[in-house]
Amino acid sequence: MVPVEYYIILSAILFSIGVAGVVFRRNPLVIFMSIELMLNAANLAIVAFSSVLNSFSGQIFVFFVIAVAAAEVAVGLALIVEIFKTKHTIDVDQLNSMKG
Amino acid sequence: MSGELILFLVLALVAIATALGMLLNRNSVYSALFLVMNFIAVAVFYLLLGAPFIAMAQITVYAGAIMVLFLFVIMLLGAERLPDAKVLPRQKLFAYGLAAVLAAETIYLLVTRARPEGIVLPPDEAANATGTLVALGKTLFTSYLLPFEVTSILLLVAMIGVIVLVHREKGVQK
Repeated sequence: MVPVEYYIILSAILFSIGVAGVVFRRNPLVIFMSIELMLNAANLAIVAFSSVLNSFSGQIFVFFVIAVAAAEVAVGLALIVEIFKTKHTIDVDQLNSMKG
Repeated sequence: MSGELILFLVLALVAIATALGMLLNRNSVYSALFLVMNFIAVAVFYLLLGAPFIAMAQITVYAGAIMVLFLFVIMLLGAERLPDAKVLPRQKLFAYGLAAVLAAETIYLLVTRARPEGIVLPPDEAANATGTLVALGKTLFTSYLLPFEVTSILLLVAMIGVIVLVHREKGVQK
């Protein structure tokens, strides 16, 4: 059995890579992927703790997180498509006005 | 060194390398494919942790459905590569520095608090039952029935929202 600390360290590293991606990438699609990476890292930590505590609740929580992530991605990608239709660019540095 | 630990270390290396590949690649199609690799590596971690249902859900929902949606939108918009633009000075350096600090403090906090002393949960009775999957389903549909139903409403709302956002009636110009 691998110690739970190893999983937590891996999860923290993956989460931080996701944070770096959100901070410096300019392509909103890659920013979205980084958010997915962060959700995934959190899921890994939850499942690791759930296996240590011998409880199912963590796994069920992760199941809900996956369902919410799917909904979030669908809406987010639809928004990106809509932004592209009106502005003809998706570079986040160019999207600096609230009025379309 | 046990076989499981070696498997863990190799997979951890794959997971971190693919995450970095996703982060650093300039072409977003390659980024998406790296992320698929990363999701599959994490799915194997779920198997190692004794969560086969979550592992399969990860592969079908994340690596399958969500990433296909990503690739579809990337190719629809032709956003494989954004044209070069002026970037904030030292933005990357700041991002890496802050992410490294965040990683260090998360690791420190989680590792020092990972094993709460004094709190020993009794093992879940369901977890000791024969089929893990059966027990998981029973827990999901008894203790967590309300969140489950709420999730279905959330998915319905998201679906309607996406259709309303993207659909444009014929002849109607904005």
